[in-house]
Amino acid sequence: MPKRFASIWFRHLLTDWKAIRQPGLKGKAYVFAEPDHGRMLITALTDNARKYGVTEGMTVADARVIAPDLQVFDGKPGRNIKLLTGLAEWFLRYTPLVQLDPPDGLLLDVTGCTHLKGGEKAYLQEITKRLKIIGYDVRPAIADTIGAAWGVARCGSEKLIIAEGQHRNALMPLPPSALRLPFDQLLKLRNLGLHQISSFIYMPDSVLRRRFGKNMVLRLHQALGQEAEYLFPLREPVPYTEKLACLEAIKTRPAIEIALHDLLERLCRRLYGEGLGLRAAMLTWYRVDGKNGNITIGTNHASNRVQHLFKLFFIKLDSVAPGLGIELFTLEALSTEAVSDKQSELWSARGGADSDEFAELLDRVAGRIGTKHINRYLPGEHYWPERTPELNADLKKKPESDWRTDKPRPMQILDQPEPVEAMALTPDYPPKWFMWKGEQHIIVGADGPERIEREWWLEPGEHRDYYIAEDESGRRYWLFRSGHYHDGNKQHWYLHGFFA
Amino acid sequence: MNVTKEEIISKLRQDMIRWEGFRPPQPGTSSDLGLGIVAAAFANGVFPTGAIHEFISSSPEDTAASGGFIAGLVNRLLGSGGACLWISYTRRIYPPALKLFGVDPDRVIFVDVPQQKDVLWVTEEALKCEGVATVICETRELSFTESQRLQLAVEKSHVTGFVLRKDVKKINTTACVTRWQIRPVRSQLRAGMPGVGHPRWEVNLLKVRNGKPGNWTVEWKKRNFHTVIAPQIAVPAKRYA
Repeated sequence: MPKRFASIWFRHLLTDWKAIRQPGLKGKAYVFAEPDHGRMLITALTDNARKYGVTEGMTVADARVIAPDLQVFDGKPGRNIKLLTGLAEWFLRYTPLVQLDPPDGLLLDVTGCTHLKGGEKAYLQEITKRLKIIGYDVRPAIADTIGAAWGVARCGSEKLIIAEGQHRNALMPLPPSALRLPFDQLLKLRNLGLHQISSFIYMPDSVLRRRFGKNMVLRLHQALGQEAEYLFPLREPVPYTEKLACLEAIKTRPAIEIALHDLLERLCRRLYGEGLGLRAAMLTWYRVDGKNGNITIGTNHASNRVQHLFKLFFIKLDSVAPGLGIELFTLEALSTEAVSDKQSELWSARGGADSDEFAELLDRVAGRIGTKHINRYLPGEHYWPERTPELNADLKKKPESDWRTDKPRPMQILDQPEPVEAMALTPDYPPKWFMWKGEQHIIVGADGPERIEREWWLEPGEHRDYYIAEDESGRRYWLFRSGHYHDGNKQHWYLHGFFA
Repeated sequence: MNVTKEEIISKLRQDMIRWEGFRPPQPGTSSDLGLGIVAAAFANGVFPTGAIHEFISSSPEDTAASGGFIAGLVNRLLGSGGACLWISYTRRIYPPALKLFGVDPDRVIFVDVPQQKDVLWVTEEALKCEGVATVICETRELSFTESQRLQLAVEKSHVTGFVLRKDVKKINTTACVTRWQIRPVRSQLRAGMPGVGHPRWEVNLLKVRNGKPGNWTVEWKKRNFHTVIAPQIAVPAKRYA
């Protein structure tokens, strides 16, 4: 299908906007002015102001002389971009691909969109009519290339829809300003007497490039379709999107649940057909009063099961605030992955850690408490006790080394070793007793020391001498002494864990 | 005639056990958890899998001992496949220690719930999931209603749940099938040998549905439970709900 592009030119973007906000200004002569080098320069003006002979770039003082009842408003740089962005979002109802075209236009990719409104003519008519009702005066054009549509919209005569393949002929009678060229190049062309594109279109590229620069040739080729030109859409269209427009605005929880279920069913059927599953999805709702909001979910592995995804959304449905009512829901699959449709194992009683049910359980838990609170440990290549279990977020990764079993390790460990008062008869022997939380534990049996050196390449500090100590009533502790015995340096004993 | 009457009575007893929510183990799964003599205290002499077991502890030392005992049981439960979840609010368990009880720490998924009120929600969700073999929940409070919810969840999914209640101030009635208290006792070595021996616990089975409570001294040696002293099965003075 050949590409078709539309260019929408807002002839009086800023002044129309002002008239929409202040209806009393309609038909009056008024201008927008911005300060420049200590003067106020006119940046936008109405047709009525133009009748007096006021032009863009004139100082306000000069304009007031020739048009005494001229109203002047302060312009704000960047306001046109803001307005165009809003309008571009409004245009998403006509095509998914919209690009801003500053200072006063929009570019649309209308390939395959126009028949929905009954043809290109009806399409443009509807756009013009609806914008006219809002208060904007626009000139649209449709052509095979972005450049041709742009030129025809701004400089073309009556015919604004250029049929397929006719853009070259349509460009012929237009002035050079239809080619999106900078002002100095236009001036040069005028001085040379080249008033129409047809007067230089047959000149060799090398001649044009030498005299006017490569930008001129590029623009000409783009308008003729000899050079590719792409739109950078305002919003990337998500390939897997489902929409549900509600006949009546809905605001009850059961109705929202039905809408969500319906959307999920449609999306999942589509994904299932293509062998894909969801990794992340976003539900957006649009309210009657123009506000909107969204909730997102993520899954641990690709899934296209409606019940499971519904449960994930269900946890977060409390944050949907319907207000006066919701009129439109959209469900977007933000990321998808190929899903392996495993034959469910009928005969095994338990699925295991990589089963679908288990992954779905973790999704639900993560939806409630957050992913970072679900931990799994793999053996780390460290002797230092705090680093031996290595945190790992990947639920399917297999350990690369075995867990060490040659040294006993405590069942419970304290996050921070707690200092205890202890007494050892001989250096490098286990203590005879220690005090912890005001209770004296007489040690009757002990193993150790097991010296664990500090990993000096990671952090500075003393080594630890660990002892397994059993007290009179059979409670087993993991104690350590930090560092060497020094003169004047009290030995520091710590409690670090409890053995089973 | 007498024989038939006895048969009828024994059949009715079996039926009553089933009506009370106790199911015989599924065929093809080994349900011997290596408890040896201790297992005689349970109904039918089999450790009840697919049920909730309550462990109470009042100090970190007891919690460590209970953790060891549970890990020993989990070791066998994981043998038939499935995943293990360890859900807690303030976790102090040291994963490498599980390996000493035969559990691969990388097969256990630790859920560290940031808010205490979510612990039981996560536990219930996990117990409902049939892909899970066992769930260990560390919590402080467990009301009767909460325990009923957990018990109902496992009756459908046949997951074995362990509720480890830390720092228990007051013991209340729960719907759990058993209630245990594990305390560390002095380990024994061969005469004259210095040091610390194998983990040894005083296992108190405070209550058990359809069984006989008792207390034993159990040692963990060579990846197995060993009952040290001959059991003294207590007289069932009182039946718990």
